[in-house]
Amino acid sequence: MLGKHLLSAADLTRDQALLILDTTSELAAVTDRSVKKLPTLRGRTVVNLFFEDSTRTRLSFELAAKRLSADVITFSAKGSSVSKGESLKDTALTLEAMGADAVIIRHGASGAPERLATAGWIDGAVLNAGDGTHEHPTQALLDAYTLRRHTRDGQGDLSGVRVVIVGDVLHSRVARSNVLLLQTLGADVTLVAPPTLLPVGVENWPCKVSYHLDDVLPDADAVMMLRVQAERMAGAYFPSTLEYSRMYGLDARRMALMSPDAIVMHPGPMNRGLEISADVADADRAVVVEQVANGVNVRMACLYLLLGGASSEGDGSQ
Amino acid sequence: MTSMIIRGVQPYGEAAQDVEISDGVIARISPAGSPTGSPASAAASQKVFDVELDAAGCVLLPGLVDLHTHLREPGREDSETIATGSRAAAKGGFTCVHAMANTAPVADTAGVVEQVWRRGVDADLVDVRPVGAVTVGLQGAQLAELGAMASSAAQVRVFSDDGLCVHDPLLMRRALEYVKAFDGVVAQHAQDPRLTEGAQMNEGELSGRLGLAGWPAVAEEAIIARDVLLAEHVDSRLHVCHVSTAGSVEVVRWAKARGIRVTAEATPHHLLLTEELVASFDPIYKVNPPLRREEDVMALREAVIDGTIDIIATDHAPHPREDKDCEWAAAAMGMIGLETALPIAAQVFIESGRMDWRQLCERMSVTPARIGRVADQGAVIEVGAPANLVVWDPAQTTVVTPAMFESKSANSPYLDRTFAGAVRHVVFRGRPTVVDGQVVSGEVAS
Repeated sequence: MLGKHLLSAADLTRDQALLILDTTSELAAVTDRSVKKLPTLRGRTVVNLFFEDSTRTRLSFELAAKRLSADVITFSAKGSSVSKGESLKDTALTLEAMGADAVIIRHGASGAPERLATAGWIDGAVLNAGDGTHEHPTQALLDAYTLRRHTRDGQGDLSGVRVVIVGDVLHSRVARSNVLLLQTLGADVTLVAPPTLLPVGVENWPCKVSYHLDDVLPDADAVMMLRVQAERMAGAYFPSTLEYSRMYGLDARRMALMSPDAIVMHPGPMNRGLEISADVADADRAVVVEQVANGVNVRMACLYLLLGGASSEGDGSQ
Repeated sequence: MTSMIIRGVQPYGEAAQDVEISDGVIARISPAGSPTGSPASAAASQKVFDVELDAAGCVLLPGLVDLHTHLREPGREDSETIATGSRAAAKGGFTCVHAMANTAPVADTAGVVEQVWRRGVDADLVDVRPVGAVTVGLQGAQLAELGAMASSAAQVRVFSDDGLCVHDPLLMRRALEYVKAFDGVVAQHAQDPRLTEGAQMNEGELSGRLGLAGWPAVAEEAIIARDVLLAEHVDSRLHVCHVSTAGSVEVVRWAKARGIRVTAEATPHHLLLTEELVASFDPIYKVNPPLRREEDVMALREAVIDGTIDIIATDHAPHPREDKDCEWAAAAMGMIGLETALPIAAQVFIESGRMDWRQLCERMSVTPARIGRVADQGAVIEVGAPANLVVWDPAQTTVVTPAMFESKSANSPYLDRTFAGAVRHVVFRGRPTVVDGQVVSGEVAS
């Protein structure tokens, strides 16, 4: 069983992570049917609470909840208390009054899901759908699921699988959750970035670090490219997008350094021409679209396991 | 004037004495239980006092002086007023506080500082000494009228843009030079603004893990290093607010060894709490400068003990509940501290055996009064000295609850903690302001 909430990839033990991945495999079979729906969460209310724009993550969670027959409300609260809108607390109290069984939250502030789960404002389960530059655990789970399909035939853990994560690690919640989860599952992770885009203390993270992409590509089973935002240049993190592309972008020349079976991953949305060239993005070994599909199934598994698959209170069935 | 006797109290934790007070000064100190009044008077033992305070087993200290207090008035009376802040100060054992300038309007003119000073006189529980802003509107662009504030009724001697750093090196130099004319001191909030844009917590492994933008130690240390060199160059007095890192301690130690006229403060929270608390994402722990590492806390303690850090100052920063009842990034920075400062200092320095009460008085009363050039505060306990005193009862405990605060705000990181000892009585200008832990206003007869 999982805990009450899913806030951080660090919350998951190896067994819990494997339970989610195995459940995802089972639910994937449903997705392949013509009627893609299970009655599991009938009568349960799932709220998508998005303080940040993220159409793809929101749609993925929405679809996952609907396939489990939950009632889904989407609450787009652009403009948090930071910009003098309604406060997180008042939003939470509103959702609580509406009887939310689970709140899926995307927020620009690191730790907002933790706050929602622990401040005593709501009783329901909290799923972190990405918080600031902190974590994005379901992205890590869908990445792990995708990796397992391609390197482990969809079975067991990721022992010995060599994953290279490239790009703006400093600002990436995807990288943080992936390092934690992939380590839990036994993978061998290497982060590649210019020193300016690596967090202080990264040398103590459970992974290797390199400044040189060419050096690590030949040994990789998978290369995960992170989105780089051009506005990072304002903070002097790198001199120009062209220099970034030259040093850390994945193009056809670099792809040729990879082993023939190695896959290319990207959490999306891609900046074609910046961190990934178009010919790489469209290559057969790029599994970006498959990641999206797996995302729905992984989120179904998380909702299924967090809400216990039980009907709403008082029903008594399990 | 009130006549008063504090019976059986131990000045600096030493031999028990009866301390008599009249006309606002200490009139007599005699071994506990000996006849009171003038020995020459036949009716001595019959002498009647307006106020008798029992203080057997308690420690008598000079009233505490805080060099760094945010009273929020004018402008943010929803979080604190000069009256409520004065009550909180008294309850915490203080007889003098320095009200920081970052109010709205900013305390950058003689008019505002005189208003703050008068409101303090009206509250009449502690000496409220306004701190004047260094630059107009804390904007860091133009010097405020420091001379006018110094010669106002408020007699300002401490100038600070606290909350913001006087970052421009030329302005800092000029401010340091200018205040020499009236023996002022510039109290710097040492924080390089560029290195701390959007900073949320101490920069280190934990900030990297939590995905919170880092506030690197170097942003404090680099400013202190620059400022001590400027102070040396123009031979003026510099005070460094809320020193928070081990590296800053090294810089201050170096400067003092060089003979530079620099003083420094540490806050109770930086002497007790570490950044690990931030992992809860509970903004009650959000403060500027941020909570640092265990090694920083230990270095600060050693520096307070050896005098590299001259004083303990609270940086009492009240905020209304909604400013902490939110996500981390949206929350205000700061913690209240007046009512927990002495319990924390006693735990860290006295209970541990690292300091005696006389040494702690230097850090919390004598030296802050000297830095602020405050007459009648931080005096040695002796006959003829102004009767600004605090009685500390080591046998009681301070249990921190939201209800205990006299402050209008309750943003304390110590809720539900219990500290050994408690402030029992406080005497301000010869009359009691706190009796048995309760604030009393106005004249009180026994």
